[in-house]
Amino acid sequence: MSQTLPALTRADIEDFLFHEADLLDNWRLADWEKLLEPDATYLIPPNEAPDSDHRTTLFTIADDRERIRQRIIRILDPNCHAEFPHSRLRRIIGNVRILSTEADLVHIQANFACWRYRRNERIREYIGQYRFILRRTPAGLRIRERRVILDAHELGSLGSVSFIL
Amino acid sequence: MPESYIIDDRDQQLFLLNREALVCADVLKAEMKNIFAKCWIYVGHGSELKSPGDFVSRRVAGRPVIFCRDQKGEVRCLFNTCRHRGALVCAERSGNKRRFMCMYHGWIYGNDGALVRVPGDEAYPDSFDATKYGLRSPARFENYRDFWFMCLDPDVIGLHEYLGPATGYIDLVIDQSPSGRMEVIGGIQEYDVAANWKLMVENSVDDYHLPATHATWLNFMANSGVKITPPKDKNLLLPTHGKAVDLGHGHFTTDNINFRGRPVAAWIPLYGEEARPEMAEIRAELVERLGDARATRVADTNRNLVIFPNLVINDGSSVTIRTFYPAAADKMHVIAWAVGPVEESASARARRLDAFLTFYGPGGFATPDDVEALEMVQQGLANWQDDPWSEMSRGMAREDEQMNSDEHHLRTFWRQWAKLMEARP
Repeated sequence: MSQTLPALTRADIEDFLFHEADLLDNWRLADWEKLLEPDATYLIPPNEAPDSDHRTTLFTIADDRERIRQRIIRILDPNCHAEFPHSRLRRIIGNVRILSTEADLVHIQANFACWRYRRNERIREYIGQYRFILRRTPAGLRIRERRVILDAHELGSLGSVSFIL
Repeated sequence: MPESYIIDDRDQQLFLLNREALVCADVLKAEMKNIFAKCWIYVGHGSELKSPGDFVSRRVAGRPVIFCRDQKGEVRCLFNTCRHRGALVCAERSGNKRRFMCMYHGWIYGNDGALVRVPGDEAYPDSFDATKYGLRSPARFENYRDFWFMCLDPDVIGLHEYLGPATGYIDLVIDQSPSGRMEVIGGIQEYDVAANWKLMVENSVDDYHLPATHATWLNFMANSGVKITPPKDKNLLLPTHGKAVDLGHGHFTTDNINFRGRPVAAWIPLYGEEARPEMAEIRAELVERLGDARATRVADTNRNLVIFPNLVINDGSSVTIRTFYPAAADKMHVIAWAVGPVEESASARARRLDAFLTFYGPGGFATPDDVEALEMVQQGLANWQDDPWSEMSRGMAREDEQMNSDEHHLRTFWRQWAKLMEARP
């Protein structure tokens, strides 16, 4: 399959990431969910062990596809107090790189800065790196694994990760 | 300052808390003296230090300490402060070291705290005795089954006596392990909450808040096939006969019949069909080792235990140790760990960690809403001078067993807190 696919450029990946960021920042989570593969995972490892495995190490988030679905139900529910009213999110993505490709899978990384504004609270800045495994499908790029690594030594004043980071 | 922070009128069945206790910097100063410098304070778990030389550095009761295992294998707690001019001698969060060197002038300490090298020591007078300049330790440092605590007061009662009946509840947690050894699992959750630390004590054991605060978690459990039937007893908000137990010295616990699944060992659909055989084995091992009654106690009850003042051991959806200390009157720093039996299989460990995240932690399906609740309280408390009392009388009229959704255990905490705060040192 990979032989028949045209070469993937950094611009293709950037277009995808910018589109994803736009959906997440605007809480269009039903549309975002369409970007996920049936076996997609969403992982936020602990700050002090970013390369660890969620089966042996306590993560902040380690969602399989079903858990992501439940997470979306939860955070769109007005009873999700941590996100109602929704925080305003704005993320800037840069330093996008294609690390490797194997068959229809593409390993990419990118740096992100995500600002979260909520009511009259302090601004929270989530700085870190995305490490994604994307899958090339006839419908376009789709997410197989979405690993989000936060640079802060501890969550500290960031508090919760109650939205999709 | 009010005459007393609490109004505890058993005749009128009224319990009120003065909100000044949750907002004032002066109260925090007094707490550091009367509570954090007087009570046993949790430092860490022995399993965090597997080999000689292992260390973690953290703040305990506001004090930077090194919690380490020395070359002889002895667990130690050292103040992370150079005896020379006061700099931290350990800047890393964790690792393995034989020596701690102060980066300022190069004084070097062994991991037993002894001062082993002073650069240019010929310039010191003969009266300078290096053996007197080891890293200091808290006045007392003791453990109960590898849960290590320090106390800054040399005259405090022993840890075992301080814990009292709470040890029985710690034993229940440890009984999950066939060898009686639980370990802290890698991956620490550390986060701040913009609220007074005592609100976390209340929240950790307050089962009254569950339906309102955690509606989305209950919904998630229902979506995952976990049956939550309506309560039979109209006084209960949850389908569990739960109670709240006063354990003395300000410690207390909830003690509930489990309804939401436990990694050891109560299967729920959330764990998946493939988990059933292994969970049946875990269950059988419990019964074999502990007998039916004790196995039921270990596997079919959930307990949220508070060791006064700031240690919480939750044994529910998973086991978590959580401690928190005040950074300001309206800000606390929380550290939380997952804990499991040392001999747990890879699949059971993965299930435990997954179950942990269904409820707990900054990305969990419940904790973020708890954090929100505490911060909403703290913001609301800005009106404390105009609306000074919090109402905490729930369940006071009850003469029999106290329910987990009553506020009896919260009152237990506040009574001890007020007693210590009103004692003038």
